Amino acid sequence: MATNQSAGDPAVTITPYPDGPYLVRGDFVVTDQEGNELPTERRTIALCRCGKSRMRPFCDGTHKLVGFKAPSSQEPWPGD
Amino acid sequence: MAGRLIELPAPRGPLSEQLFEALEGPAHARLASPGVPDSADPIADEDLQLALYVAYELHYTSIRGVDERWEWSPSLLSFRGALERPFEEAVAEMVPPAEAAELESVGAALQTIVAEDPGPPLSRYIETQGTRGQVLEHVVHRSAYQLKEADPHSWAIPRLSPRPKAAMLEVQFDEYGGGNAERMHSVLFAKTMEGLGLDPEYGAYLDRLPAVTLASVNMLTGFGLHRRRRGAALGHLAAFEMTSSIPNRRYGNALRRLGYSAEVTHFYDEHVEADAVHENIAAWDMAGGLAADEPEVAADILFGARALLQVEARWASHLMAAWEEGETSLRAPVVPVPA
Repeated sequence: MATNQSAGDPAVTITPYPDGPYLVRGDFVVTDQEGNELPTERRTIALCRCGKSRMRPFCDGTHKLVGFKAPSSQEPWPGD
Repeated sequence: MAGRLIELPAPRGPLSEQLFEALEGPAHARLASPGVPDSADPIADEDLQLALYVAYELHYTSIRGVDERWEWSPSLLSFRGALERPFEEAVAEMVPPAEAAELESVGAALQTIVAEDPGPPLSRYIETQGTRGQVLEHVVHRSAYQLKEADPHSWAIPRLSPRPKAAMLEVQFDEYGGGNAERMHSVLFAKTMEGLGLDPEYGAYLDRLPAVTLASVNMLTGFGLHRRRRGAALGHLAAFEMTSSIPNRRYGNALRRLGYSAEVTHFYDEHVEADAVHENIAAWDMAGGLAADEPEVAADILFGARALLQVEARWASHLMAAWEEGETSLRAPVVPVPA
């Protein structure tokens, strides 16, 4: 489970959720390409994975409206 | 901010009359059982829902003139049980049973259930056409839950095994402001009410709330307070989070359209981002985790999700129908004070 941080765990975990965003937990900062920090106000954030959020790079739940489908685990490659 | 204190509302029939009269007397005086309340439609029964709401409020708040010991009075609990039974049966009649295949992945089943939301397009209507008066009414209805946001689900926390408990705490910690009282969602909602010229005091509008609004909160409180309904409580929370981001963006847009500031829309804007995080944790780690640890409550998780959508649909239909007739959806109109 990605929800538990303890000694030996990585400082940051990134978890793709089924048909949903990437959840990021831990000691992270989000910056733009210039290195400017994008403000985040919560311990766990959701990054857009469907590409259709209206507040990218953060998730706003739009994946549900566009029928985004993706597994939590790695997709097999090459895909078919 | 002081502790909660509400006034006893005006009774709406024999059940609430009997209950409120007893509550004004000494605790542990005997409150006679109401027998089996004869209600054709418990969800819309003003008397039954108000009596149940006040019986439950003893767990959330002080009530002026009411001895706090009533909360655990055996005769009160027995009276409450007589109200809960027909209500619980009425909700069960609205909810189709879970299918065996759904129980194999509760997270995936929850996604399908919320995608098939049976309710009318209330948030889209409010976003594009809602008048100021209708937007305010919507906020007044929601105040029954939002001024104690997260509390009814939190009754379930100590009843959970470690994995769903940790996931639920991750959601609830954020609902309660992540360690900052000013960011607590119930506090943000009070600020929105204030910005709209509404009274942000807990319970201030209880007399104006119709049965169908009280029923949505009563159902949730019932899930939270009864350990046997822990599955339904978590399914309700998961579906609540999963149906939150998009409507809340629309409610924020409605307020922007009507010219309100970012301070007033903050509650809704905050929920777009917060619930985009919460919905995943709630569906997969919390509800999915509970189903994995206690498969015997998996069907009740889906029941809680479906019950939320059905009761919300009934509530939303009430608002839309009243507005179509040009009437208030409350029991009496609200008059905002100028901000």
